[in-house]
Amino acid sequence: MDYNLMREFADSWGLLAMALFFVGCIAFALRPGGKAHADQAAQIPLKDD
Amino acid sequence: MRFGTEIVLLSLFAFAALVAAGFGVDEPFRQHMWVLFFAVAGFTAILLRNTDFKAATPVDSSAYMDGPIRYGAIATVFWGVVGMLVGVVIALQLAYPDLDIQPWFNFGRLRPLHTSGVIFAFGGNALLCTSMYVVQRTSRARLFGGDLAWFVFWGYQLFIVMAATGYLLGITEGREYAEPEWYVDLWLTIVWVAYLILFLGTILKRKEPHIYVANWFYLSFIVTIAMLHLVNNLSMPVSFLGSKSYSAFSGVQDALTQWWYGHNAVGFFLTAGFLGMMYYFVPKQVNRPVYSYRLSIIHFWALIFLYIWAGPHHLHYTALPDWAQTLGMVFSVMLWMPSWGGMINGLMTLSGAWDKIRTDPIVRMMVAAVAFYGMSTFEGPMMSIKAVNSLSHYTDWTIGHVHSGALGWVGMISFGAIYYMVPKLWNRERLYSMRLVTWHFWLATLGIVVYAAVMWVSGIMQGLMWREYDEQGFLVYSFAETVAAMHPYYLMRAAGGAMYLTGTLIMAWNITMTILGYQRKEQPLPGSAPALQPAQ
Repeated sequence: MDYNLMREFADSWGLLAMALFFVGCIAFALRPGGKAHADQAAQIPLKDD
Repeated sequence: MRFGTEIVLLSLFAFAALVAAGFGVDEPFRQHMWVLFFAVAGFTAILLRNTDFKAATPVDSSAYMDGPIRYGAIATVFWGVVGMLVGVVIALQLAYPDLDIQPWFNFGRLRPLHTSGVIFAFGGNALLCTSMYVVQRTSRARLFGGDLAWFVFWGYQLFIVMAATGYLLGITEGREYAEPEWYVDLWLTIVWVAYLILFLGTILKRKEPHIYVANWFYLSFIVTIAMLHLVNNLSMPVSFLGSKSYSAFSGVQDALTQWWYGHNAVGFFLTAGFLGMMYYFVPKQVNRPVYSYRLSIIHFWALIFLYIWAGPHHLHYTALPDWAQTLGMVFSVMLWMPSWGGMINGLMTLSGAWDKIRTDPIVRMMVAAVAFYGMSTFEGPMMSIKAVNSLSHYTDWTIGHVHSGALGWVGMISFGAIYYMVPKLWNRERLYSMRLVTWHFWLATLGIVVYAAVMWVSGIMQGLMWREYDEQGFLVYSFAETVAAMHPYYLMRAAGGAMYLTGTLIMAWNITMTILGYQRKEQPLPGSAPALQPAQ
């Protein structure tokens, strides 16, 4: 495991995996039907005391 | 026996400190160990005086654990006053170098005392107590781990005392915002792991199925600070009974590690943590849900993915490879988008309740905080652009930028959270005085405006003077001339800081009186109660 090997992994598969994860997170937040769930979650702090 | 285990362990700890004070290989280390000994022994004595042999009262495991949060709120206010006072002192030292008191109170030792005092002592305690408050109420679960929260609170205070006294004794790693030496770093690591277990454990035993977004921000702050702290402080002590250590990295790798740490301390300590505060306390104070919950999720992931790469912008035009500088710059510019997404989300939470800015000074404070967040996260990306940085770097402009973020965003959102929490934590009907909150708001806001505006002028002047060439290619100004030119601005800066400090002192008074149970007899603020209508 030298620097060049890690560097090559970081700017190929590593970069791809992180980009896909990020896009996946955004897509999941914006999925159809996500709004109802999000609106419910937004009420969490207001429900108590 | 109450505190039995604690007393035994602390006595051993105090004894170890005493041994280290006796056998330490350098004078500052021995002095520092005396400080540790007296701090721990004093604390043990207090526990001994409060112990008894009655059977322990059973703990109501359904109630929230608010004891450490009360202590944390008081510690936040106390360290806020101390840290900001030191800030005003060093501002005056810059204007009048004769105020340097050698060796303990010179600028070089007081400056890290100020930065750590406001960031880690004031900001850290604000994060500690609000995170414990928020995670319990949004998870509907008591804090995990019994007395673990008390260990985290007192352990963190010991870290603050050891860091602060270390700076005054001249013990430093010389790494900005990470100055404490190896043994204080190790102690913070222990406390921080306990904090992570406390927070994560509470989330895991939650009764609310969804983890509210504020907890995501708090958790990312705790995890990332753990990672940053461990990597940046990898070092080898010269002696296990000495105060000096050397970094595991050297040269430009060391510089990049430090600024990877430094900028993410800004990103995850001063931004992500306080965004957690925003996403809970703004909706609570205006009593409506966050504007867009889905935007808050996108805000979170975008911030996490982009911030971690922005550090190299602290090393423009240095030995750092060009591609790394450009990478830092590009990611810093991209950060502008999630930052403003979050700002808009915070501000728009008020939609339909905009009148509260006029009638509720706590809401006004929170809105000002979010506005300053937007302003400093616009200024930051702009300053990270290489062409701008060539003018701004190493000048007072940077100091102005940091303070518009720290005083405006971090300070104001913490004040808002403290004003919200304290009456609830002590079961008071309201704060001692709302009019004093208004005074605090205006003193703080005007103080920041004076501070930031003066530092812009001073910083740009300084940058322009440094790069001024005559027609023969000689520099026009000597360094001392630029220092002399900044003197009036240093005075105005100290005045701005003093205004901000005055506001904090007013808050300390207001909070103290609230805790003691007083209510000031005063005219209600205009608009806060509905105006009476004449009978028809």
